[in-house]
Amino acid sequence: MKKLISGWTLIKLYTILVYVWMFAPIVAVVILAFNPQQFGTFPMEGFSFKWFVKLSQNSTILEAFQNSLVLGSLTAIFSTAIGVPAALAFIRYEFKGKEFINTLLIAPIMIPEVILGVALLLFIRWLQQPKSFALLLIGHVVLTLPYVLLIVQARLVGIKREYEEAALSLGASPFQTFREITFPLLAPAIFAGMLFAFTISFDDVTATLFWATAQNQTVPVQIFSMLRTSISPEINALGAVMIVLTVSIPLAAGYVARRFARGNTP
Amino acid sequence: MAAGGLFHKNWEITGLTHAKDPAFVRFQGIEKRFGDLVAVQPMDLDIPEGSFVTLLGPSGCGKTTLLRMLAGLEPPTRGDIFIKGKRINDTPIHKRNLGMIFQNYALFPHKTIFDNVAFGLKYRDVSKTVMKEKVEKALETVRLPGVGNRMPSQLSGGQQQRIALARAIVIEPDVLLMDEPLSALDENLREDMRREIDNLQMELGVTTIFVTHDQREALSMSDKVVVMKDGFIQQEGEPEEVYNNSVNHFVADFLGHSNFLNARVKTRKNGNYEAELADGSICIASPVGEFDVEEKAEIVIRAQKMTLGHKKDYAEEEGMNDFFGTIKDRSYMGGEVSYFVELPDGQLLHVINFVKRSPYRRGDEVFIRVDPFHCRLLKL
Repeated sequence: MKKLISGWTLIKLYTILVYVWMFAPIVAVVILAFNPQQFGTFPMEGFSFKWFVKLSQNSTILEAFQNSLVLGSLTAIFSTAIGVPAALAFIRYEFKGKEFINTLLIAPIMIPEVILGVALLLFIRWLQQPKSFALLLIGHVVLTLPYVLLIVQARLVGIKREYEEAALSLGASPFQTFREITFPLLAPAIFAGMLFAFTISFDDVTATLFWATAQNQTVPVQIFSMLRTSISPEINALGAVMIVLTVSIPLAAGYVARRFARGNTP
Repeated sequence: MAAGGLFHKNWEITGLTHAKDPAFVRFQGIEKRFGDLVAVQPMDLDIPEGSFVTLLGPSGCGKTTLLRMLAGLEPPTRGDIFIKGKRINDTPIHKRNLGMIFQNYALFPHKTIFDNVAFGLKYRDVSKTVMKEKVEKALETVRLPGVGNRMPSQLSGGQQQRIALARAIVIEPDVLLMDEPLSALDENLREDMRREIDNLQMELGVTTIFVTHDQREALSMSDKVVVMKDGFIQQEGEPEEVYNNSVNHFVADFLGHSNFLNARVKTRKNGNYEAELADGSICIASPVGEFDVEEKAEIVIRAQKMTLGHKKDYAEEEGMNDFFGTIKDRSYMGGEVSYFVELPDGQLLHVINFVKRSPYRRGDEVFIRVDPFHCRLLKL
């Protein structure tokens, strides 16, 4: 007797269903972005870039976009500038309270973002400072620093101490050793960390809702407020743009990093 | 074995006339603690100029720590280190002018072979043209000319280690430090590399300190072997010296294949001692140190120093030690055969003999003859 459905077929089917369940809404958003109708229904009647054009004329969105880009870039720069030396200290040096400080810096990953958002806001109140772009930036650095730290630390563990010891024994000073050996070997991780920081900052909503001022609206926060008033197909278009950006940048970066690394690792 | 046994082998070759400094590198009362753990017990050690000295011992014996203190990678807890008579405790590693070779080669993976070898020259006052010449010469010395444009990952393990060697010698270091440089290579390659390092060291005459846990490497390459255990120096001397005149159980056991027999000292005879073994028989042994009558001791016999014979051909010979036993186990190793012979009281002796005509078989009754000179009486 022949079995009609084998266990393996069931597993495959199940896997496909999981993927459909995960990605169908995203695909729907992207497809509906090209729907010329005001209210998205399937099947689509026609195909147009109308909402993308409209989006590009919406000054609020454009401004938010600019804010997001500037904020994301600055977050990436500050996070790596703090994260890389911290990672070096944690992996390469012994000092008192190392574990504690490390846990402290990683902690924001574990604390719910709402709490982090409120906490920083209360702190700024207590200092009697107004909400500002600087506050937003500090908040985002706190949010993204753990990722930079974890990525750079992981790579640093993989860079054998012998490389540095060999360089030192050959006459390079500790700084020259860092510049010539450690930094180039660490570069892919630093780059990856920056991208992570940028992407996380770029799509953060929860905490940013608490910290953003009227002038500093980011794209996700803007989408959120647009949704409260109406459901415009512009949001679909914006969603499509966001998806393309947040997916393609890390993918491209990963590709570049691999190209970098090829022939460089033993 | 390579020509490692020759003492001061590079003297004639380099043709230097000035007297060699017997304490080119000097450890004085050196000690290293990691918290409660004493990695290196207080010790003195002199390394003669131009010599090839091996620090030999099992892992955790302190040999690598000693090397790393000389390199400047670990500060000593106590004591001083001198190179060419100059105290270097406070000289940072990059100013010590040492060449270092690591177990895993440690070639910079992101730099070409040329840039790897040229690395040390960048921090010395060397012009671009001279640098190029020196790098090329170093690559020729390790018999890998023309690989300058390649990346380390494109070379085999043996080739990478040779590049590491070129990178270390190109800066003309005062001392060459090697930390288990052959351990990552496979067996055949190791043999070749061993000879190559040995020849290179002889050619350049550079003072070399070699760390290993492999006794064959130590015996075949060194002018002087320093056997270490638990942070203490057990014995130092020429390879023949430490092998033939091992001063204690550990050294005898660590170098080569040894048999240990419990004995009780009976009488002194022509500089040797007669000692009674566990089964009541007498064995004549040459002493390491002085012994009292009735003192409990240990006799060590190397597996290669005993000769097997057919029991039926046995003829007594004055002054020799003879044992009788049965072949329990044998393994054929090509040129030689390794036997385990069971004595009447059940003790097993490990004997390694060259194959003469036909090797003995399991169950054969044999006699074993060994010269008292090769039976070393050790203190317990």
